[in-house]
Amino acid sequence: MFKIIFAVIGRDLKLAMRRQADIVSALFFFVIVVSLFPLGIGPEPDLLRKLAPGVLWVAALLATMLSLPRLFADDHRDGTLEQLALAPHPLGLVVTGKVIAHWLVSGLPLALIAPVLGIQFDLSSDALLVLTGAILLGTPALSGIGAIGAALTLGLRGGGVLLSLLVLPLYIPVLIFGAGAVDATVSGLGGEGHLSLLAAMTFASLGFAPWASAAALKIALE
Amino acid sequence: MNDRFNLYRFASPATFYPLAGTLIPYFWALSAVFGLAGLYIGMLVAPTDFQQGEGYRIIFIHVPASWLSMFIYLVMAFWAAIGLAFNTRLSGMMAQALAPTGALMAFLSLWTGALWGKPMWGAWWVWDARLTSELILLFLYIGYMALTAAIDDPRRADKAGGLLLLVGVVNIPIIYFSVKWWNTLHQGSSVNLTKSSMATTMLYGMLLMAMCFWMYSIAVALMRARTIMLERERNTDWVKAELAGDVQ
Amino acid sequence: MIYWNSFADFLHMGGYGVYVWGSFGVTALIMLVEPIVVARNRKTTIARLKRQLRAESRTTSE
Repeated sequence: MFKIIFAVIGRDLKLAMRRQADIVSALFFFVIVVSLFPLGIGPEPDLLRKLAPGVLWVAALLATMLSLPRLFADDHRDGTLEQLALAPHPLGLVVTGKVIAHWLVSGLPLALIAPVLGIQFDLSSDALLVLTGAILLGTPALSGIGAIGAALTLGLRGGGVLLSLLVLPLYIPVLIFGAGAVDATVSGLGGEGHLSLLAAMTFASLGFAPWASAAALKIALE
Repeated sequence: MNDRFNLYRFASPATFYPLAGTLIPYFWALSAVFGLAGLYIGMLVAPTDFQQGEGYRIIFIHVPASWLSMFIYLVMAFWAAIGLAFNTRLSGMMAQALAPTGALMAFLSLWTGALWGKPMWGAWWVWDARLTSELILLFLYIGYMALTAAIDDPRRADKAGGLLLLVGVVNIPIIYFSVKWWNTLHQGSSVNLTKSSMATTMLYGMLLMAMCFWMYSIAVALMRARTIMLERERNTDWVKAELAGDVQ
Repeated sequence: MIYWNSFADFLHMGGYGVYVWGSFGVTALIMLVEPIVVARNRKTTIARLKRQLRAESRTTSE
């Protein structure tokens, strides 16, 4: 079972490396969006510190949305997806591999850059630590849930916007607990509760989302 | 089951269409009766609330709308599951017929909730667990309608929409239990199966209005479903016969 | 049986009139407009399908 997953991860990573521009532009999107907020709201440090977790999380959500259509679209375009669906191994495992690969090139870089951006918002080092941890913990869930949306909207016109409309409501719990973890840390209550729920959501979505996405792919490929 | 009374034959649009046609007026009638009774009791008979004054009367709309918004989603998810499991056409049509009504109920719940909240808590909106999850429910309805509208092939639309409904159904228990799980501004549940903390007249008014909304929803959904059936099955003989026989 | 002393009291709703009638009003509006829209949709769909049927029968009978 793991052989299939690792094979798919390896393949997707190799393909992603051939298009590094895509990864880097999503990352820059994240940086730019985060930088827009202080410009729009004003530079007052107290306000920025309070808004930072939410702003960073929303920007992370949007940056993830940008890269989701590519999850299946490229393979669909050249017929690989159909071959994968017809292959003897379970499509759910293939999707698991794709989701993990997607996280490695989208969620992980976001988590690594987030603390640098958090400094722009004058977050304390405690908060920065929890923020990075929360984004690390929560972005796999975003990739998983996003895969369901990407599979449902495969090949449809209005794809990207429709995908956002479907997936963002499902992202809201991740956003609430992800940003909440940082808020709780800052206010002294401790973010463990939020982080555990975030972890639960990630594991649950990694467990279920690939199978829901596989079902959606089969519907889309008929 | 033998040929005497087999309910499964209504799984075919050809037989369900006339059945729905006969039933619709009865559901309208029931809705009217429940509505008049509920409004009479709720608006004319029920006394004022000790803490909230007359503003509490919004409850006669707010609670039924909220219940229906959740219930309709569950029914849609049920039909989605049936459609995905048995590959039936009619279940997808029923889900699509219910969606706009469910979305309107969710909107009404949020709207009346805001009008209730403003005089009571001083705010049109708070981001507490129950309100937020009801808002998410509205987004889920809209997402479902957008997805099914964007897919040209009706069968793919049914199945994709159905999958989306099943993924989102986890939101319903969250809405329902949110008042218990989180300390929220929204008041806790005052009605459950064994007892209620509400005055009897108010309770009856609310339940009657809930029945009114329920019958209304069924009536409108069946009306919509009939149009969907005509559209989807337009190449069948029975639809051609319907259209030829001057449908109005 | 009836709780209110006058119609004016009923409309006033103890000061909450705007909120209560704002709620009931929008509800009544929705419950009026929705079925009308559905009925109108049905009419246009039937008209369109009849037109298509006529067009098809014309082309097939040629």
